[in-house]
Parts: sequence; C-alpha cells; structure tokens
Amino acid sequence: MYNQTEIIKDTSELGAEGELVINMGPQHPATHGVLHLVVTLNGETIKKIEPHLGYIHRSIEKMCESLTYRQFIYVTSRMDYLSSHINNLGCALLVEKGMAIEVPDRAKYVRVILSELTRIASHELWLGAMAMDLGAFTPFFYAFREREMITDIMEDTCGARLTMNYIVPGGLMYDIHPDFQKKVKAFITQFKSKVNEYEDLVTNNVIFQSRTKGVGILSAEDAISYGCTGPVARASGVSCDIRKIYPYEVYDKVEFEEVLETAGDSFARYMVRVKEMNQSIRIIEQLIDNIPEGDFVGKTKNVLKLPKGEFYTRVETARGELGVFVVSEGGTTPHRIKFRSPGFSNLSVLNHIAAGSKIGDLMASMGTLDLVIPDIDR
Amino acid sequence: MFSLEGITTYVQDWLFMKFNPTLALAMECVIVILLAISLFAILGLVLVLMERKVAAHIQIRLGPNRVGPGGMFQTVADTLKLIMKEGLVPDMADKFLFNLAPFVVMMVGMLLLAPIAFAKNFQIWDINIGVLYISSVSSLSVIGILMAGWASNNKYSLLGAMRSGAQIVSYELSAGFAVLTIVVLTGSLQLSDIVNAQQNGWWIFKGHIPAVIAFVLYIIAVTAETNRAPFDLAEAESELTAGFHTEYSGMRFALFFLAEYINIFIVCAIGATLFFGGWMPLHIGNWEAFNHIMDYIPSSVWFMGKTFFLIFLIMWFRWTFPRLRVDQLLNLEWKYLLPISLFNLLLVAVIAILGWHF
Repeated sequence: MYNQTEIIKDTSELGAEGELVINMGPQHPATHGVLHLVVTLNGETIKKIEPHLGYIHRSIEKMCESLTYRQFIYVTSRMDYLSSHINNLGCALLVEKGMAIEVPDRAKYVRVILSELTRIASHELWLGAMAMDLGAFTPFFYAFREREMITDIMEDTCGARLTMNYIVPGGLMYDIHPDFQKKVKAFITQFKSKVNEYEDLVTNNVIFQSRTKGVGILSAEDAISYGCTGPVARASGVSCDIRKIYPYEVYDKVEFEEVLETAGDSFARYMVRVKEMNQSIRIIEQLIDNIPEGDFVGKTKNVLKLPKGEFYTRVETARGELGVFVVSEGGTTPHRIKFRSPGFSNLSVLNHIAAGSKIGDLMASMGTLDLVIPDIDR
Repeated sequence: MFSLEGITTYVQDWLFMKFNPTLALAMECVIVILLAISLFAILGLVLVLMERKVAAHIQIRLGPNRVGPGGMFQTVADTLKLIMKEGLVPDMADKFLFNLAPFVVMMVGMLLLAPIAFAKNFQIWDINIGVLYISSVSSLSVIGILMAGWASNNKYSLLGAMRSGAQIVSYELSAGFAVLTIVVLTGSLQLSDIVNAQQNGWWIFKGHIPAVIAFVLYIIAVTAETNRAPFDLAEAESELTAGFHTEYSGMRFALFFLAEYINIFIVCAIGATLFFGGWMPLHIGNWEAFNHIMDYIPSSVWFMGKTFFLIFLIMWFRWTFPRLRVDQLLNLEWKYLLPISLFNLLLVAVIAILGWHF
C-alpha cells in the first residue's frame, strides 16, 4: 500500500524549495473524470502541470482488433461519449470508403442532422460544466434544459440517450421516428428563444469575462505544433474544420460558417463553441425539411471484409478532428487500428497555457479545453 | 399587539418577585443562553432550507420536496444524518487544533449575537461600543479558519485557509468603513442609539448618496467576509475541493456549515440595523397616519423581514455569479473598494457637519 510517508517523500523529489506539489485528481471536481494532474505550485502561482493518464484506459484499440467491421463501430461510442454518434460515423465512413458501399441520401441527411444535434448537446454540457468550474452553478441547469430535449430526440430515434450506436456500415440501423422532424423543429425554436439567457448569465457577466479574457493564451503556431484541432485551434485562428476542408456526407451541400476567433484565450474558446452551436442549428434547419424519402440503409454483404491495405478517415467531433486508421489484412477484423483522438492533443497544451498563471486560471483553461477523459485514455 | 418586550418584562418581573436578585439574574443568564443556542439551531435549519429553495428557484428546479410538507424537514433529516456520522480525524492532523477550530468559528457567531436588537427593547447586551465590539469580534473568525486549514495537514485546506486569511483581513477594512459612515451620521456607537436615530426615516433614505454607497460597499464586503460566492475562494469547490474544511466530516463539519449561515444572518442583521433601521417600522417624516399604520406591525417582524431580505440578496449573488480569482479579489478590495470607502467617509463627514442629511 501507498502510505502517507511515501507520498510525502514522493512529492519532495518533485518540488524545489518553497514549492508545493498537489495531486489534482484522479478524484477532483474540476477534472471531470479521472484525469490526474500533478501541479507544482509556488503559493497560488502554477509552476508546472504534469498530466498523468491511464486511469480509464480500456484498450479500445486492441479490443477493436478482435471485433468485426460491423461490431467495432460501437466500441467507439465509449471513447468520447459526448460525441458518440460522430465517433460511430467516423468508423462507418471508413468501412464504407474501404468497401465502396453506396449510402442512401436519406441516411446521409439523418446522419448529419444527428451529428449536429450531438455537437450541440456536447457543447451544452461543456457550457454548464465550464461555468461550474468557474464557480457559477446556475448555467449548468439552463444548459441541461436544452440538452435534455436533444437526448429525448436521441432516445426516440435510437433508444439510447448517450451512446447512440445508431449507425451501421451502409446507413442507419433503422428508420427515424415519425415525430423526428417535429421534435427537432420544436428543439430549434426552444434553443433560439433561450440562447440569449446564456448571453445574459455567462457571456456578458463581468466576472466571467475577467476570469477568461487573456487567460490561457494559445498562439496559432503553438496550436498547430501541439496538434490542436476543433474549437481549441479555431479560437487561435487556425482554420481546421474537417467539415469544410474534407467534407463528408452532405456537409458540402449545406451553408455554414467555420467559426474563427483570433484571441486564443479562454474567452475566445468559449465564444467559438457558443457560435458553433448556432451554426449547427443553421445546418439542421437547412436539412430537416429536406430529408429525402427512400431506403435508410444501403445494400451490403452479410460479412464485411475490407480489402488489404491501409485506410484513414477523419470527422469533426465536438472536440476536434477524430482520425480513424485501419490496417487491413483482408480479413473480417482489422489487423491494427488507431484512433487519433482530439482530446489527447488538446490536453497536451495544458502545461503550456496554464503554467505561470493562478490556480483559478487553470480551471478556466482546462474548462475551455473541453477534455473528455475516456477520449484521452481510450 | 404582539410584543417581545412584554414577554421579557413579564419574565423578569416574575423572576425578581420569586427569587432574590442575584439568583434571578443568574437564571436570566441561563435563559438567554438557552434562547441563543436554540435560535442558532432554528436559524441553521431555516437558512439552509431557504438557501436550497432559493437556489432551486433560480435554477429552474423544485428543490427539496420529499421530507415533510414542501420539504420542510429536509434540513432536520440532514442534521440527524450529520450527527450520526462518524467524525473522522486524519492521522497526521494536529488533533487538538483540528477539534478546536469549528468551535472557535462557532463561538464568534455566538458572541456577535449579543448586541443585536431583535425587536423594540429586546436586546441581550446594549453595550455602548456596540459597533466597535462587532467589528473586533467578527475579525476573530479568521483564526478558526486558519486553525482548521493548518491542523488538517492537507494542502487544499492550507491553500483555502491562506486565501481566507488574506480575504477576510482585507475586506474587514471596507466593512468597517461602511459601518463608520453610519456611526458618523448617528454620532454614537451604541446600536440602540443607531436604531432610534432612524425614527423619522432609515439611513439608506436619509443619508443621501454616501449611505447608499456605504450600503453597497457593506454588502460586497460582508459577502466576502462570510466566504460566500462570488468570493468563496476559501472553499472554491472546483479548485480546492472544499478548501479549509476538506478534511472535516460529521458534526465538526456541521458546525462549520452552521457557522457560515449564522454569520450570514448576523451580518445581514447588522446591515438591517445600520441601513434599514433595525426593528424600526417604515416611517416617512410627518405622515402621522401612515406612520401609525406601520407601527401596528410588530417590531420583531420588521427586523426579521429586513434581515431576510438582505439574506435573500446574498443568496441571489451566490447562485448568479461565477467566482473571482484570488488576485482579482484582492485588487477589487485594495484598488477599488478601499479608496471609495475612504472617500465616502470624508463625504459623509462633510454632510454630517453641514447637517445636509434629513
């Protein structure tokens, strides 16, 4: 057992004279999961942050090697559980690309609508959790009021609220609920009427602005060299939206803007996500009335076998770029699989942007990086 | 008309009639102590429930609603749970200080109860330096918090205690200056004099702009002094888990918890006394008829109404604002609030000398 004296001995090696080493996590309210940060402090000022990973490592990549191309999609729901639908989509796209499966338009439309709903749900949860990190409890409940409507839609559509598992290679598992369009429209109306409440409660709050503006600044060069993607990189002015650069499904048919901010601080990351929610609403509005009739799943063989070779697809999850890389030997299961998860790269900048600031700033920086720990550990 | 003064006079007369004066005085002391302790318990239960209901209302949910009608007994159930819970003491903690700290914090709350006028002529101790007594005793609570943070032998607790020390010592100044504004207007440190001076109107109305500024400063400063959000850096759940009381559990934790609410009640009661006339009903100048109608509402109701209004205000802050950072917190005090309160004190001195207030 790891007794008390050993802990003290341990930390004295890490910290120099006058420095205090704190283990933030694996059980800590602000790490939102089992992230373990070894933080070296000098008074209130942070000297160094060292993330320790692996507390929720389930070797998903290894597990996928023993699952067929129909099965391995659903394990990925447990990686970034807040954008599980988009993870599923990334894997399905890979199989479809590798085997040249034709996907019906109806499935494509529904996939994109659900992806954007997932993105909104994820950003809503992030909004609440980040506000909580900064000490404001109320925005959490406001954000969850809208998120609840999305999870209800998900439940109607595929029976699950968090880990959707709705996608099969070639389309969807089953058709959408008859009320789907009505409910999504109701959600859009509700969201549009309530989004100004976030502005009042969070965005325009003086304390919130002073806590986030100029805090955790990430320059565009650093964002690129650390491999940041998604809202984190876009807040630094790096254009990296996979939906725009490598459009998949029907993203090339819809009009939306890639949200870019230039400040690179926590407030910019906040604004990118809030504006992204509005863009997602815009995408859904364009698609929801135009879902074509027809099949929801294309014709596929019963046993899927990817041809020999290497395959790579990428999708834009709520956190950034998810890359799926598969090496196939021609069998029914992947020979080797690797996920490029956005959270891992985004976490790596934490020491860079938070060292030298105060403990309170660490919460603002970490909160706006939007870390999902199972995505980092996999 | 219901009056607490009548009850106390009756009890006193009866005691002095039955027993010799020394014994009667001793018995009075015991009764007062028992009343103070039971007031503490009731306030704790009521305020915790009120906080949860206010929070629920702001956060579009219902709040406690299962135990008793409308969840009224939720806090009673919570208290029972805390009493029965094992009070853990960490291995490496300084046992004596660890056990002492909650009582120090609690004791400060009890001492502060003494000079507060709850109703007309209903006051435990009408000391002639009441305001001075309050500001000196309230600074003691930081000792209890520092003690708890140090004795826990926990880095989070230590950080929380150090933050709390810096915070309370700083904000004491602003609170003190805000209180002094009213002392300058009244010309007395005695709380009963301050209340009586507001017979024809409360200071917040009579004292022109300086009184309003002083009231705003007072509310900000006492929110910080009681470690309430947006100034709850000593606890800072998302940063320091629970700050100075991370290691406390069971009844020791309950005492900290109770002390927080008692402190809120006391600072709000003092705020109501200084700025809103304490138990004094709403009187407007020479409007005799209106003043008489207002007099029919018992003075204790006036006092509690004003106090609970201020408590609601402080709860409202907590559930609306994010937390400040530690350097911003100290900047706010030393760069903004303190200069403003010094200037405000000068202004009010000029107004008091020239007699410009009503």
